[in-house]
Amino acid sequence: MYSTTYHRPSTVEEAVALFAKGSDAKYLAGGHTLLPVMKQRLTAPSDVIDIARIPALIGIEASADTLTIKAATTYVDIVNSADVKRTIPAIAHLTSVVGDPAVRARGTIGGSVATNDPSADYPAAVLALNATIKTNKRSIAAEDFFKGLFATALDENEIITAISFPIPAKAGYSKMRNPASRFALTGVFVVQTKSGEIRVAATGASQNGVMRVPAIEAALKANWSASALDGVKISDEGLMADIHGSSDYRANLIKVMAQRAVTAAG
Amino acid sequence: MGVEGIGASVVRKEDRRFITGKGRYVDDIKVQGMTFAHFVRSPHAHAKVKGIDATAAKKMPGVVDVLTGQQIVDDKIGNLICGWAVHSKDGSAMKMGAWPAMAPETVRFVGQAVAVVIAETKNQARDAAEAVVVDYEELPSAHHISMAIAPGAPQLHPEAPGNIVYDWEIGDEAAVKDAFSKAANVVSFELVNNRLVPNAMEPRAALAEYNEAEEHFTLYTTSQNPHVARLVLSAFYNVAPENKLRVVAPDVGGGFGSKIFIYPEEMVALWASKKVRRPVKWTGDRNEAFLTDAHGRDHISKAEMAFDKDNKILGLRVKTHANFGAYMSLFSSSVPTYLYATLLSGQYNIPAIHAEVIGVYTNSTPVDAYRGAGRPEACYLLERLMETAARQLKVDPAELRRKNFITSFPHQTPVIMAYDVGDFGASLDAAMKAADYAGFPARKAKAKSEGKLRGMGMSCYIEACGIAPSKAVGSLGAGVGLWESAEVRVNPVGTIEILTGSHSHGQGHETTFAQLVADRLGIPISQVSIVHGDTDKVQFGMGTYGSRSAAVGMSAIFKAMEKVESKAKKIAAHLLEASEGDIVIENGEFKVTGTDKSIALPMVALAAYTAHNLPDGMEPGLKEGAFYDPTNFTFPAGSYICELEVDPGTGKTSFVNFVAVDDFGRLINPMIVEGQVHGGLVQGIGQAILEAAVYDDTGQLVTASFMDYAMPRADDVPSFKLSHTTTLCPGNPLGVKGCGEAGAIGASAAVINAITDAIGNNKLEMPATPDRVWHAIPGNA
Repeated sequence: MYSTTYHRPSTVEEAVALFAKGSDAKYLAGGHTLLPVMKQRLTAPSDVIDIARIPALIGIEASADTLTIKAATTYVDIVNSADVKRTIPAIAHLTSVVGDPAVRARGTIGGSVATNDPSADYPAAVLALNATIKTNKRSIAAEDFFKGLFATALDENEIITAISFPIPAKAGYSKMRNPASRFALTGVFVVQTKSGEIRVAATGASQNGVMRVPAIEAALKANWSASALDGVKISDEGLMADIHGSSDYRANLIKVMAQRAVTAAG
Repeated sequence: MGVEGIGASVVRKEDRRFITGKGRYVDDIKVQGMTFAHFVRSPHAHAKVKGIDATAAKKMPGVVDVLTGQQIVDDKIGNLICGWAVHSKDGSAMKMGAWPAMAPETVRFVGQAVAVVIAETKNQARDAAEAVVVDYEELPSAHHISMAIAPGAPQLHPEAPGNIVYDWEIGDEAAVKDAFSKAANVVSFELVNNRLVPNAMEPRAALAEYNEAEEHFTLYTTSQNPHVARLVLSAFYNVAPENKLRVVAPDVGGGFGSKIFIYPEEMVALWASKKVRRPVKWTGDRNEAFLTDAHGRDHISKAEMAFDKDNKILGLRVKTHANFGAYMSLFSSSVPTYLYATLLSGQYNIPAIHAEVIGVYTNSTPVDAYRGAGRPEACYLLERLMETAARQLKVDPAELRRKNFITSFPHQTPVIMAYDVGDFGASLDAAMKAADYAGFPARKAKAKSEGKLRGMGMSCYIEACGIAPSKAVGSLGAGVGLWESAEVRVNPVGTIEILTGSHSHGQGHETTFAQLVADRLGIPISQVSIVHGDTDKVQFGMGTYGSRSAAVGMSAIFKAMEKVESKAKKIAAHLLEASEGDIVIENGEFKVTGTDKSIALPMVALAAYTAHNLPDGMEPGLKEGAFYDPTNFTFPAGSYICELEVDPGTGKTSFVNFVAVDDFGRLINPMIVEGQVHGGLVQGIGQAILEAAVYDDTGQLVTASFMDYAMPRADDVPSFKLSHTTTLCPGNPLGVKGCGEAGAIGASAAVINAITDAIGNNKLEMPATPDRVWHAIPGNA
């Protein structure tokens, strides 16, 4: 690791000011992507601003229609949250299969969503649930937020403060783990909203990061059941291929994980 | 046995310091004036080194010096050696290219060192290493066997035309040809044994200190065999004479073979410590471990087996290409030959065997012994072949094996080994019972009705451990003898130190070796200390690998103990005014049998050292040494049965049951044996379904971190059902055979046999990842 200056601000405003002052500052919100890259000397931020300990960014709130998880809430707190389990248990389940206990103790939902790793779990939930990403500047709809691999609508010095999830009628997540990293080899989040809309998002599959899966959505709209997907054929065009999974395997996983997510959603 | 004697599951003495973080590893050792080394490594798989410019790096903060490969050559430091001479079938010596510790002219794998920066801190060394400018001229590379042996392939070493190190054979080719001509059935197939990265928990490290006043070096290093390291560093690399070099291997966090070898980095640290006149420490990081620790396996084989009309094996023909990587590591040449092809008879009566092994240079990390070393490759080939044969001949796989088991001992195989003892039928019976083999078809049908593909597979392995008679290995080309040494020191107060040439890096010797002493003298193990891993303390010894430390290392202790006991009995008899023949040792006392007269061990020890009242002519003291050279290999064997389910939607394998029945001869500490088997099984399962070192087309290691190299985790493996059958090894005084590698040898074939049974397709290579298994399910490809 190259030398860097570590900051631990206590407010978002302080964090933003520190970021502006640094010549090449980076926000740290758990660090599971940033720190390994820094250790390998592939990046050399002048300043690392740890926003994971800002009290205003931590906590979970639920109303009748919305579950709001503040950005620096750790995975373990999300897994254990009674509000999450009651309102959108699929998010609790998704979080429980992120990484391992050490990862879940440090990682934060805001950090994951801001990074937009193409194999991360949360983007699938955010996109499928049509969540709103709240920042220190504005609110961004999930559809407008994810912009491809590791790219988002966030400005350079913009901090996610919370993510608000509309509480659906039904939701489920199923994930095939990468055997080495335990990221999603492919993960699918399925949602039936209270108004009856079907939204399905897959992570770990597309070369462009998290994506909606219209073929699955159409089939589920006609018939919300796992067997409704039996005949669906997912094209492997544009899907990732690596040593852990070829593109046709991932295409198969989109369907199989969607079926299992529907079963889990009930 | 006593409560802490042979056969007792005593809690490991060493674990308290390990699990409380108090182990003392190389990187924990700090000396005055210590500097830090960081290596400049090749980013290319094959390139000419046209120039190295360290001008800027030398001016960086904290930099003590930058040393290059040419300086090593100029200082007449020797090239790395391969210590086992293997000859091609035409009688020619193996064709080895030179391996300088840092490449002065050509780099041949990604990660090969070309220079080293020595600086005041680790980070300063790393910073400066980035400022060393190396001018490379890239060359075409060949990282895979098929690329390296193709016509027109890039030539790695001028000494090895066509990148062939040797073309070796064993067995009787004509007899095999004859057997095949008489065959009623021939079963043949091709298979790959995937390349693995050892991944010991502690990366390699070295701390070298040069004492100018005494012209003496000390090297703390992560070694499984510090004396061999000293010998090689002295005799072949000319870094320091043996009497001026102390090698210490303190606590070492796992090896699995990878720490047997003498690597460039440790040697450079030693050389550099004199060059810069400062102690030099190098601690590899995980990425360096992936790139530079000797890898394991990496074979491509074609095998054919001939059967008569009654399904008795008539002959076996094997042709294997073994990937050695870019250079010949210390024992690499012996692994795919004398440690592999000599085990191709397995547990079976095979009248004729012929194996040809072609060793190939490629632009990849050197390959050498890794847990099992050759024997897992042999077992995997043979047990996959037996399963394939059973399927092709439509016979029960257990019955086919049983029909061909060797049942009378000793048994001379056609490939050197003379099996001393065993009962293969007993372990297979026990495994089938424990696995409820008979009930499997019903379970398979039930699983099918639930949408799962259930499979069962077995593997009946044999291995040769406790290597081995020095004369025998010498005749096969080994550059060293493979005996072991021990010294037993009874202190004047009756406590005991055992100095052993074995080295413990996870095996628990501090406990098991003490149990032997406790057993013989009837004293608690707390009175016994095991001293190992320091060439200044311990007499020359050969170290720990190949499951040899119980069979060979403990036998040396046994012999030394006999001498100590004999002398102590003479002293006791003298003091008790009894006949030596009447003295028995019980509960730490020397007793005159049939009387109530006795004297405690501490009193005998004290008498030995005060020497006030010893038998006439007896030397004072109570300390004896022994060297033990085995008369044969030992032959642990067993049967493993794996039952699993494949998820047809994802190809993911889930274990239902894993039964391992091993015959290790006498068990010293059953709990430690169980732990060894667990670890071995996990590595075997890891090879079968998870692990693979993968290179891309340009020779870059794609799996150079745990993000891509799938190490088994606890939830990837089942709870194991272990048991033992016992035939005592007649070749050593303890009757032990060795248990360190069995799991890694036997597990892979059982797993792949089970998966291929589950999916109904025999064509499946390791690692059987979900992707591969899903594609292999008929209809999915």
